[in-house]
Amino acid sequence: MISTEPNLVLVGVNHKSTPVEIREKLAFNQVKLEASLEHLVSCPEIAENIILSTCNRVEIYARVDNTDQGIQLLKDFICDYHSLARGSLDQYFYSYCDNQAIEHLFRVSASLDSMILGEAQILGQVKDAYSTARAISSTGLVLNQLFEKAFNVAKKVREETGISERGVSISSAAVELAKKIFEDLENHSVMLVGTGEMAELAAKHLISYGIKTVYVASRTYERAISLAQTLNGCALDFVAFKEELHRADIVITSTAAPTFIIHKEMIEQAIHKRKNKPMFLIDIAVPRDIAPEVNDLENVYLYDIDDLQNVVNANMEERQKEAENAMEIIKEEVTKFNNWFSTLDAVPTIVEMRNRAEDMRKIEVDKTLKNLSHLSESDQNAIHQLTQSMINKILHKPTINLKKKTQSKDGHVYLKAIRHLFHLDD
Amino acid sequence: MDKISFNLSLFSYLVASVGYFIYLAYRRPLVSTCAGWAVAFGLFCQTVTIGIRSSQTGHGPYTTSFEVALFLAWLMVVVYFLTEWKYKIKDLGAFVIPLVFIVLLFSAFLSKETVLVPESEVRFWLTMHRTLSIMGYAAFSIAFAAGIMYLIQEHQVKTKKLGIMYFRMPSLEVLDDLNFKVIMIGFPLFTLGFMTGSIWNIQMEQPFFSWDLMRTLPLVIVWLIYGLVFFGRMITGLRGKKAAQGAILGFITVVGAYFLHII
Repeated sequence: MISTEPNLVLVGVNHKSTPVEIREKLAFNQVKLEASLEHLVSCPEIAENIILSTCNRVEIYARVDNTDQGIQLLKDFICDYHSLARGSLDQYFYSYCDNQAIEHLFRVSASLDSMILGEAQILGQVKDAYSTARAISSTGLVLNQLFEKAFNVAKKVREETGISERGVSISSAAVELAKKIFEDLENHSVMLVGTGEMAELAAKHLISYGIKTVYVASRTYERAISLAQTLNGCALDFVAFKEELHRADIVITSTAAPTFIIHKEMIEQAIHKRKNKPMFLIDIAVPRDIAPEVNDLENVYLYDIDDLQNVVNANMEERQKEAENAMEIIKEEVTKFNNWFSTLDAVPTIVEMRNRAEDMRKIEVDKTLKNLSHLSESDQNAIHQLTQSMINKILHKPTINLKKKTQSKDGHVYLKAIRHLFHLDD
Repeated sequence: MDKISFNLSLFSYLVASVGYFIYLAYRRPLVSTCAGWAVAFGLFCQTVTIGIRSSQTGHGPYTTSFEVALFLAWLMVVVYFLTEWKYKIKDLGAFVIPLVFIVLLFSAFLSKETVLVPESEVRFWLTMHRTLSIMGYAAFSIAFAAGIMYLIQEHQVKTKKLGIMYFRMPSLEVLDDLNFKVIMIGFPLFTLGFMTGSIWNIQMEQPFFSWDLMRTLPLVIVWLIYGLVFFGRMITGLRGKKAAQGAILGFITVVGAYFLHII
């Protein structure tokens, strides 16, 4: 029997519902993933399934015959698989069905459910989970369609909202600023003063965006040399760097010096030597390395660690706002997907309804024709044709309306009614 | 006919201005594309207007105040398209096209009477003077728009208040470079226009120094401002905020000089 209710379910845990020490126990590793998918799809209650296991979430999406039964089965499976008792874990699981499950997947793929809103990694992970499941045929028409749709939705969200536009880490905010000052980073240079870990990270980030010339200065010259080697740059000693400041478009300071080591006059001189070409100074050190008055100089932009953190916070807030726009897109897409999903339910019902009518017609016509043996064959055919076209005419409007109605919100009520009225589930 | 095409171009630029503002605020790529087509259509209509008028007078659009404004607006759009093609700064439209609209709207209130200038040596110098000057002004208008964009962006980066414009507008380097290039082109054109204007004055048999102070002094100031920016760039490395401010101040003076000129 084909179920008429939408029967998608999702069971899972994520970083919001479950602490990491539980999550790590519930994760499926890549090696055993295929066996798990195969095991699940061999259960008669489960028609299709996909397992998404990342460091922030473990989720199983499935198409099942019975929603409640399906959810219990999936929870049991996750616990049994990891040899854990279900009782203590029940509080962590969330489960959704139908619309909510669709919406959840769209939100996950579009990175609205991520720890860092708008991060790009999750979409790749969902794609991997899908292709693993597809490769061993644990998916079918519905999950294939659902996941393909989820990828489209994620793309649409990324393109039409600014959810992943703004950097939400110190280094990405710094790179963004550098690109707003210098546009193309390729022909620009960076100088590291101090070899702090965060400065190194920021420099690597800048290098990945095309910066080619790197200078490294440190109180310990050996450290300058070793970092310069890693970054493919040039080491400077701690006295020389002051004379070379004008060569750097971007300066990142991270020394442990207790007082300012770069003063307004030094930058003033550097800017003069640079013929007013702009300089971007990033002071990651605490206590600060660069005197704040430096920012008063024209064509000089100084950001300390707090400034960058403020930028990051503001960007986070902006992403949060963009998430609201993204939700509108997702709601729209859930409705669209549901329309398709519902017509899927209407087709078998329509076929069954027509078959039922045809069967009845045949039985009744045959019964009648037995008593009318004097009729010629062509007369008998005429009676067949007449009754057939009567059936078609009678069922035409219900068929059209059922297709239409199943696309509305309460479509399954109509399907249920038709199945009930025509005794299709007997 | 030329009235219809004039009104159509005016309307197109209005639509495009609104479109570019929407794009600036809401980032809808389709709106920006539509605005681009509206500008192109406006330019086409304006070309028709100029063509019809020139066929009536037998010479280019530079004799009456109306023609000068019409020609300036037309050239501003041409320079805008060239810049857009070279720099791909879509948001520039939000700053330039409203300016074009204002110039054209202003010209709608000017006398549409035609003045026929017979072919002569005087006409040649008049043509040179007006054409070169207007080309210079068109370049200055782009420098003005780029300057405003620079100041907005610079203010955000300097004060560390990164608003919505921070993400939408191009980098300081690009805006500064644009400002630099258009003044590099505009200033020599304007200078040549100024010189040919003096020759024309002589041809008109007015002594070179019969300066009408009200009319000529502002132009000298305009020349000095752009000259400072131009040579400052070349020699002292003037750039960034000061260059942007120079371009804005220069353009405001141009507008002032224009009004003094037509009174």
